[in-house]
Amino acid sequence: MTTPILSAKNLVKRYGRVTALDHCDFELMPGEILAVIGDNGAGKSTLIKALSGAVVPEEGEVYLDGKRVSFTAPTDARDAGIETVYQTLAMSPALSIADNMFMGREIRKPGIMGKVFRQLDRKAMEDFARQKLSDLGLMTIQNINQTVETLSGGQRQGVAVARAAAFGSKVIILDEPTAALGVKESRRVLELIQDVRDRGIPIILISHNMPHVFELADRVHIHRLGRRLCVINPRDYSMSDAVAFMTGAKEPEPQAA
Amino acid sequence: MSKSDSYEDIVKTRREENFAEFQDEDHGFMHRVQHTLHVTPALVPLIVLVISIIVFGALLGSRFFSPFALTLILQQVQIVGIVAAAQSLIILTAGIDLSVGAITVISSVVMGQMTFRYGIPPAISIVIGLAFGTLCGALNGLLISRMKLPPFIVTLGTWQIILASNYLYSRNETIRAQDIETTAPLLQFMGTKFQIGGAVFTFGVVFMIVLMLLMAWILRHTAWGRHVYAVGDDPEAAQLSGVNVKATIMSVYMIAGLICAFAGWALIGRLGSVSPTSAYEANIESITAVVIGGISLFGGRGSILGALFGALIVGVFTLGLRLLGADAQWTYFFIGVLIIAAVAVDQWIRKVSA
Repeated sequence: MTTPILSAKNLVKRYGRVTALDHCDFELMPGEILAVIGDNGAGKSTLIKALSGAVVPEEGEVYLDGKRVSFTAPTDARDAGIETVYQTLAMSPALSIADNMFMGREIRKPGIMGKVFRQLDRKAMEDFARQKLSDLGLMTIQNINQTVETLSGGQRQGVAVARAAAFGSKVIILDEPTAALGVKESRRVLELIQDVRDRGIPIILISHNMPHVFELADRVHIHRLGRRLCVINPRDYSMSDAVAFMTGAKEPEPQAA
Repeated sequence: MSKSDSYEDIVKTRREENFAEFQDEDHGFMHRVQHTLHVTPALVPLIVLVISIIVFGALLGSRFFSPFALTLILQQVQIVGIVAAAQSLIILTAGIDLSVGAITVISSVVMGQMTFRYGIPPAISIVIGLAFGTLCGALNGLLISRMKLPPFIVTLGTWQIILASNYLYSRNETIRAQDIETTAPLLQFMGTKFQIGGAVFTFGVVFMIVLMLLMAWILRHTAWGRHVYAVGDDPEAAQLSGVNVKATIMSVYMIAGLICAFAGWALIGRLGSVSPTSAYEANIESITAVVIGGISLFGGRGSILGALFGALIVGVFTLGLRLLGADAQWTYFFIGVLIIAAVAVDQWIRKVSA
């Protein structure tokens, strides 16, 4: 069996008297789409935040490529190659697509203009952004300087996914990527996710949408009461089984985990 | 998957619609005007400025439309213009600074008192004054970025504190222009005049223009500048994108403090003397210039050059109406109208979905 690219063991995180993560384990295999599902309050957001550095777990270890890592900020995880697309997308509406893609990791001009005057290399950033968007089939016109607020929900999601795909060398985490979208826009974003997976980047997908999860995921991690209840293959189980596990209406067979 | 689970199959096959593409469609004339204004926000105040110069020029002829009168406007707005640069930075981060006038005047007082009370060489006094202004800005920045207090409240407080300290420290004494001229002319450096044809400039005016152009370049072409916009637009999104929000806000307030201290230096040049009771109007006038200049009070939108145009519009109205012999109250009347018009135009421009 191959080693997981990203794994976690015995994660514990408490908020006051609430235990959000209760000795939780997690494994993401190379090249797969792993869906994480769970009822509200099951602790899946906390799990994802612990993996992306937004939350520091009290106990437990996180391993990336077999090496122990401890992230204390989202930028740590990002520098290690883990990109997260948040549900809120984390984009500045008044700024352009290119500005948003490079927010926090701008390219400066070579030579004295970049080093001393810290001038940005706009052309390099725009070319790169255009390239990444067309790679994912999102770009038909040249206006990379369009502000994000002029885009539709699906286009914004597309830019956010493209940003993650452009910089996420190891893992991409998608938090509810289709939650705010219409049926057709969701479809486009799902295809985009498959495109990214086909490029060999493993994806963690958090979603409440069972059809989307069952369509995309190679494995499904079911989270319940702050820990991993089981990991199922979506081809062996039905959606109602998954919902039953998630809500505790049904116990998984021991070998499923 | 069972059959009922495949309800989305219908949209899987129809892919030729290309709904997630980026298209710049051609709409009517008004839409294009709106789009242009949305892309270049400083255009509105520039148009208003040009129109008001033409109107007053037509009404007053060469009394107004002369190099001397037009450059007089520049001299009259230089302090407000410099302070407006500081105010713009802060308003771009969705903050507001009510203490800019107080920082300006206390910086000028520190420069003067350092020289005349302690006998420090004027060059060093000026550096101390600039450092003191930066420190005042740092105090605002610390309270706002670390303690998470609202900018309005913080600067309402520091405004009173700094202004009171200013009166206490200066003992409400003015340093006379003749004294400065004989012992420390460097303090009046910003007031040095030079002529090009009939046009009269001061170094303070040149400083204001260079500062505005420099800040416009920095905001557009450096990562820090982009971060200022991102923080003002949506601080949480900026944070998640990897922007150090606290450091950005802190640096903005410190730079604003420094710019206000430069305004304090220019103030000595403008007045000739160091007066602890001056620049009281810089607060409201700088906010007026920024608003007329089309910078959104909600942060993240607008161009700092707009604030320069805003300050100049106020200057043109002030001088133009005075030359027309109108009651000074008409100036305030029209500035009030302009403020409301500017915000209305801002709202219209922002309706991008139309």
